[in-house]
Amino acid sequence: MVLYIFYALSVIAMACALLVVFSKNPIHSVLYLILTFFAIAGHYVLLNAQFLAVVHIIVYAGAIMVLFLFVIMLLNLNAETEPHKNTLTKIMATISGGLLMVTLAGAFRVLEKNLGQVTVQNSNVGTIENLGKVLFNDFLLPFEISSVLFLSAMIGAVILGKKQLN
Amino acid sequence: MKEIAWLLPALPLAGFIINGLGRKYIPKTLAGIIGSATVLGAFIIGIMLFMQVHETQQGQVLNYYRWLSVGSLVVDLGLYVDQLSAWMILIITGIGFLIHVYSMGYMSHDEGHNKFFAYLNLFVFFMLVLVMGSNYPMMFIGWEGVGLCSYLLIGFWNTNTNYNNAAKKAFVMNRIGDLGFLLGMFMIYYNFGSLDYNTVFAKVAGFEINSPVLVAIALLLFVGAMGKSAQLPLYTWLPDAMAGPTPVSALIHAATMVTAGIYMIVRSNIIYTLAPHAQDVVMVVGLATSIFAAVIGLKQNDIKKVLAYSTVSQLGLMFMALGVGAYSSAMFHVTTHAFFKALLFLGSGSVIHAMGGEQDMRFMGGLKKKLPITFITFLLGTLAICGIPPLSGFFSKDEILLNAFMASPVIWSLAVISSLITTIYMLRLLFVTFYGKFRGTHEQEHHLHESPASMTIPLVILCILAVFGGLLNVPEIFGGNAWAHHYFSGMIISTGEEHGHHVSHATEFILMGVMLTLIAAAFVVLRNKYITKGAVPEKDEEMTGFTKLIGNKFMVDEIYDFFIVKPAYLMSSALYYVAELKFIDLIVNAIGDGIVGLGRIFRRLQTGNIGFYIFTMVLSIVAILVFKYFVV
Amino acid sequence: MKEVVQGIPLNYYLALSTVLFSIGVLGVLFRRNAIIILMCVELMLNSVNLLLVAFSAFHGDAKAQVFVFFIMIVAAAEVAVGLALMVLIYRNIKSLDIDFLNKLKW
Repeated sequence: MVLYIFYALSVIAMACALLVVFSKNPIHSVLYLILTFFAIAGHYVLLNAQFLAVVHIIVYAGAIMVLFLFVIMLLNLNAETEPHKNTLTKIMATISGGLLMVTLAGAFRVLEKNLGQVTVQNSNVGTIENLGKVLFNDFLLPFEISSVLFLSAMIGAVILGKKQLN
Repeated sequence: MKEIAWLLPALPLAGFIINGLGRKYIPKTLAGIIGSATVLGAFIIGIMLFMQVHETQQGQVLNYYRWLSVGSLVVDLGLYVDQLSAWMILIITGIGFLIHVYSMGYMSHDEGHNKFFAYLNLFVFFMLVLVMGSNYPMMFIGWEGVGLCSYLLIGFWNTNTNYNNAAKKAFVMNRIGDLGFLLGMFMIYYNFGSLDYNTVFAKVAGFEINSPVLVAIALLLFVGAMGKSAQLPLYTWLPDAMAGPTPVSALIHAATMVTAGIYMIVRSNIIYTLAPHAQDVVMVVGLATSIFAAVIGLKQNDIKKVLAYSTVSQLGLMFMALGVGAYSSAMFHVTTHAFFKALLFLGSGSVIHAMGGEQDMRFMGGLKKKLPITFITFLLGTLAICGIPPLSGFFSKDEILLNAFMASPVIWSLAVISSLITTIYMLRLLFVTFYGKFRGTHEQEHHLHESPASMTIPLVILCILAVFGGLLNVPEIFGGNAWAHHYFSGMIISTGEEHGHHVSHATEFILMGVMLTLIAAAFVVLRNKYITKGAVPEKDEEMTGFTKLIGNKFMVDEIYDFFIVKPAYLMSSALYYVAELKFIDLIVNAIGDGIVGLGRIFRRLQTGNIGFYIFTMVLSIVAILVFKYFVV
Repeated sequence: MKEVVQGIPLNYYLALSTVLFSIGVLGVLFRRNAIIILMCVELMLNSVNLLLVAFSAFHGDAKAQVFVFFIMIVAAAEVAVGLALMVLIYRNIKSLDIDFLNKLKW
């Protein structure tokens, strides 16, 4: 049963990811990407990482993708304005992308020999309680610093978005 | 003691930081007050430490911070307060304070007034580190630091090239000596495994007399002392160092820094006592310097140069005392010398101030009436350095001469000659400057005035010290108890041989009598020549023969120039034209040209096309993965 | 939920992440629109996140999930600045075609 859910989610994720790449209209790309993220969130739930699943939906689907949508609509991008590469480039891109996949898969096969049998020690690591403890005990300083990062990103975005730079 | 001792160097350092950073914002008066007050504070703490040391009669190591710990080498930022360092602290901060006060008047019209006080405070800081450090590296820090301050202050008026050259000369000469000091430190660490005074001295005690290691260490350290304390053959920087402002000459180049070499040898006295061969070298060098410099002093006409050669000569006398093992006598003479030489320099500064910068005494004369306070203090200072009883110089010189006599009558007679020459040139200086008729321009005569109170008060205080300083160590034959001698006895390790030949009181009186007779004779002759006949030292062109040789300082600078500076310069330019231009430049330029050429080829890869970059990146990642997992 | 995790071998997640990552790379190479490229980069980041969570569950160590959290933070910041740059670029050259952005060369 679970395996079937896994298969379904994986197929959705991969198909939508391919559609992101190949759809002509940028708006469609964004929407397919949102679907991909939902599929990945489903995987998180399967892995018992509920907190990350929720955060993933909120941050990616809720915030980041909306930002993408806004920008695309703001710039009025659509299938007509979409630039096209020549065929040779597309073939080269596909070949090298496939090459990377094959290489990575082969590399994992090599590594599998050393991987051995992996056992589950604690399947409750992804709960909010557990994650909160680790986050605020071991990673308190990075957590605080990440807020500074956000602040600087916000200021940067505002400065860049201003009409008159000089 | 530990709680307050660190304040001692910290106060002048604070003064340096405040005056140094705020030199553009702090008013002159305030800068002078800050500078003087920090040194006064250090002096008060110094008195407290001195009292404690005097009570307990033993040294105390105060470790504040572990500075280095590499293998077996451990260096602490530690202070060592014992009889010797407490004594030196009082000299440095006490005279330092007086000279700070004096400088407030002397430098009041100078643009660099605040900078000057910052440097002076820095100097006091380093000098205190030098004498208070609990190990050789600490002493070395102070040693280098005072060298730096000396350089900065000699070249204080740095728009004058000659002054800058004098500063550079002092720096380079000191470096030669420092090399000896460093090598000595290396040898100490190599042989004793430590650089802390107490550890080293405890281990030294186990060595045999005249063992080669100790002699080598003692000689290397003495090379350092030669540089810092201006002994033959490294003395030539000190007369040139008179380019600095006069308070600097008084503080650094007469009273304190130049006695660092003597401090070092007294501090390491056990090493020297156990290495009599090295002691003999110290004695011979000291004696030779003493006579040599005194002879040059006879024919100098610059009022500060005379005092500079006098300083070199007196330092030589102190080293001679160290050489015959009379450590406490040398320290006593350091003290009295600090009093009267600082007084003489400040007095000369007062004269120069009044003369509007004129330093040649052939253009002075008759200043007795115009500068009464300066004259009286200068007179007493001169009498003190000549050794007229009961002024301080008499007691300290007499003790050195006595010790010299106990070592050998030959040494004694040579030391007497040196002292006699000292008397001659000092009286000549006094008579030519203050007696007779005024020989300067009319304008200068009109300008003549006594210095302000901030300058005369230190003069008077130093004068009192120079007059009564001898009471610190009144020998037994005058009913005294040789207080200073007993004070130092706790930290001076004696082999006990000096006490073997004790001279009788009658001999002592005869020695004194001989000395005083000679001085009196010199006085009569000189008075006749310069006051009664009104002779004036001849002009430079009129000098002939041997006089001319002396007037030119035995051509030592020229000899050094010919034998060391010129060959070094020639070698450098040879290396420059051959090795540098023909060889090194070739390699360097070839490398540069090669890289430029390669860049010309590889820059074609920078197409500016982002797609191409990403494409290359992906292929590179693939290549790396393939290499990592499938090839190796 | 224990059997859920045990029901799926780690290899499957490795394979899925590899495929997603490669699709992301393919997208970056394939498209010329800068915004789509940025989206593909997000896709690559997410494939790595997925792998981290999978390993975290299999090893029973929550630290990997914290790192996923931080990657999300960085991705959000990056997108904010990146999109601001896009807007700026579009305002200047009236296009988001990366082939026009070739001024930075020798």
